[in-house]
Amino acid sequence: MKIAVLGVGTTKFGELWDVSPRTLFREAVNEALEDAHLKIKDIDALYVGNMLSGILGGQENLGALFAEELGFSLPAFKIEGACASGGLAVHNAINSVLSGTYKRVLVVGIEKMTDHNPSEIAQALMAGGHEEERAAGVTFPGLYAILARAHIERYKTQERELAAVSVKNHYHASFNPRAQFQFEISPDQVHQSPPVAEPLRLLDCSPISDGAAAIIISNIKNIKRRKPVYITASSVATDSLGLAGRKDLTSLAAAVEAGKKAYQMAGISPADVDVAEVHDCFSIAEIIACEDLGFFGKGKAASEIARGETRLGMGRPVVNPSGGLKACGHPVGATGVKQIAEIVTQLRGEAGKRQVKGAKIGLTHNIGGSGAVAVVHILESLK
Amino acid sequence: MLKNVGIVGFGSYLPQNRIKISEIASVWGKNPNEVIQSLGIWEKAVAGVDEDAVTMGVEAGQNALLMAKISPHEVQAVYVGSESHPYAVNPSATIVGEALGLGNNYLASDLEFACKAATAGIENLAGLLEADLINYGLVIGADSSQVKPHDILEYTAGAGAAGLILGRKKEEFLAQILDFASYSSDTPDFWRRDGIPYPSHQGRFTGEPGYFTHVMGAAQRLLEKTKMKPSDFSYCVFHMPNGKFPCEVSKRLGFNKSQLEPGLVVGEIGNPYSASSLLGLCRVLEIARPGERVFLTSYGSGAGADSFVLETEKPLVKKRKLAPSFKFYLEKKEYVSYSTYLKLTNKI
Repeated sequence: MKIAVLGVGTTKFGELWDVSPRTLFREAVNEALEDAHLKIKDIDALYVGNMLSGILGGQENLGALFAEELGFSLPAFKIEGACASGGLAVHNAINSVLSGTYKRVLVVGIEKMTDHNPSEIAQALMAGGHEEERAAGVTFPGLYAILARAHIERYKTQERELAAVSVKNHYHASFNPRAQFQFEISPDQVHQSPPVAEPLRLLDCSPISDGAAAIIISNIKNIKRRKPVYITASSVATDSLGLAGRKDLTSLAAAVEAGKKAYQMAGISPADVDVAEVHDCFSIAEIIACEDLGFFGKGKAASEIARGETRLGMGRPVVNPSGGLKACGHPVGATGVKQIAEIVTQLRGEAGKRQVKGAKIGLTHNIGGSGAVAVVHILESLK
Repeated sequence: MLKNVGIVGFGSYLPQNRIKISEIASVWGKNPNEVIQSLGIWEKAVAGVDEDAVTMGVEAGQNALLMAKISPHEVQAVYVGSESHPYAVNPSATIVGEALGLGNNYLASDLEFACKAATAGIENLAGLLEADLINYGLVIGADSSQVKPHDILEYTAGAGAAGLILGRKKEEFLAQILDFASYSSDTPDFWRRDGIPYPSHQGRFTGEPGYFTHVMGAAQRLLEKTKMKPSDFSYCVFHMPNGKFPCEVSKRLGFNKSQLEPGLVVGEIGNPYSASSLLGLCRVLEIARPGERVFLTSYGSGAGADSFVLETEKPLVKKRKLAPSFKFYLEKKEYVSYSTYLKLTNKI
C-alpha cells in the first residue's frame, strides 16, 4: 500500500466554547486544502469521524451536514467507532481510494464535547462500552482502572510509572501550539491530583476537548513535495465489546492484532518505528500500547517509559510528540485523524520544536472503547 | 464622576447556622481537604427554617438605619436585590419597607440579576440622589438560595444579607461613591427557570467567559474612566463565588493580597449570592480608616458586573460602632449536621 497524504490540518484542541462544529470543520479543512494546494472542488468524497454528535448534540447525518458545509454535493459518510472513529474514517477513506472508487478523499475527525457537564459526557462516552458495564454504573476511568490494576498485579507496575506517562506528554505538548495544555506538570502534581478511579488520578486521565483534524489522501504514487509522506499500512481489528469478554486484561488483543497486520502490510518491524502517536486516553493505556505494539517486552514498558525511552530528544520511538490524548487533548472523533496529521508533520520534518530528528517511519494507534476496536496505521516518508 | 452620593449607613446579617464543608464532603464520599483546598471555603452560613431573603434583608436594613441615625420615614426609595425573592410576583421591597416602618412615601422595587442584583440598586439610587430626586435610599442584597444536593454548588451556596443607606449630604458620608461602570452581555453561565427549585450551571463555563470576562470588563472600564490604578486603593472587594476566583481576578487586575484579604469573607460564610460583594464591603468599612479608597466589583451570572470606586470619610470611625457588625454575626454561630441542613433547606 502506498497512499499519498496530500495535506493535513488541525484546529486548536481545547474548550472552544465560542467555536461551532461547522467552524471547526472549516478551519481544519481549509488548512488541509491549503497544505495540499487544492480547492474544495478537487475533493471526490468526504469521510467524517465522530462519536457524540447524536448523543450530545442531537445531530446525526454528519456526512450530509459537512458536505453542505463544503458547499457541494459529494459522497459523504459519518464513520463511528467510539474513540476510534477518526482512525476508522481514515481506514475507510483509504479503502475507497484503493478500490478506485474515489480519487482524492478528505477525512475529517471532529468532536464538540465541552458544552456539556462532566456527568453527561461520562454517560455519553459509555455508549462505547457494553450494556452490562453501563448497567453496573462503571465509566471509562473505571474500566481503564481495572486494566491498570490487572497490569499492576501481574507486572508490579508502579503509580509513579503511570505518572511518568502524563509528565512526558505534557512536556511534549509544551512545544505544540495546538495542544489543549501547553504547560509541563511534575510527578508530584500527578500524585497529588484527586483520585478519579484508583489507581488513576485526575492527571492520569485525558481531558474533555473540542477540536477537529483533516487529511486529504489519494492513491497517486508521486506527490510533488520535498518530503512526501505515504500511508503504507492501515489495519483494523476488534475484540469483545466489554472487558468481561477479554482473554487477558493486561493487553488489548485488538491492538496486538491490528499492529501485527500493519507491520506485515508495511513490511517492517516494531524496531523500525521512529515516532508513534498512541491512544493514551489514560496513562495506563500508553504503557499497554507500547507493549501491544512491540516497542517493549510485556511488563517492561512502564519502567522504560519512566526512564525516558520514549521521550523527545532522549529515546526511540518517541511516543506522542503532539502531547498525546492527555496533553494535546482528546476530542474523541478527531483524535485518530490528528494522530495521522501529527505523524505526517513529523515525517516531513515540519514539527518545529517537537521534531523527532530524522524520523522516517511513523505509526498511529487509535482505540475504540476499552479496546473493542483498534486501528493502526503506518506512515513513511518515501521518494 | 458623582458628586452627591455616599453611604450614610450600612448593615450586615448572617444566619446563625453554619455547616462545615468537610461535613458535606464526607456525606458524598469526597476527600474534605481536597474540596476545601480547591474551593477556598471551609464553612458556609445556612438560613434557619423561618428565615428567607426578606427576613434577613430586614435585619440588615435595620442595622443600616441604626447606623445612619435617620428616621425610617426619610427613606424614599428601597431596592431589594435577590435571586431568592420569596415570591415570583409580590414585592420583597414593600415587605421590607413595612417591617422597617418606612411609611408609604417611598419608591419600592425588586431587582434580580443573579448575584449582582443589589449593586444595580446602588447605581439606580445614585442616579436618584445625584438628580436630587430623593434624600435617602436603601438598597439590600439578600439571598437564601436553594442548591441541588450533590451539585458542586452545595459547597458554596450560602445565605446572608447586606443593607446600605445612601444619602446626598456630604457631611453624613461614611464613604463617598465616586464613580461606577458596568459591563453586560448575554452569557448563560448560570440560571434558574421559573418554577424550578434549583439553579443550573455550565461548570467551567462560569469561569472565563462568565466571571472573569465581566469582572475584568467592568473593572478595567472604571479604572480607565477614573484614570486610577490599583495602587491608588487600600482595599479591593470582588464578588466571591468561591475563594479562588476573587484572588485570581484581583491578581490579573494588578491588586495585591493585602488589598484583597480583608474583604475576602467567603471562606467562612460561603457565597450569599446578592449579598456577597456587599458583605465584603461591610467588612472592609468596619476596619478602614478615613481617606482610604475601596474598589468594589460585583458579578451576576447571565451576565454582568458593576464596579465602584469609594472613598471613606471621617464620620465612618464613630458611626460604624452604632450597629452590630459583620464580625458580630460572623462569630455568632452554631454548627449543624448535614441532615439538619437538609431539614433547614426544606429538602426533607
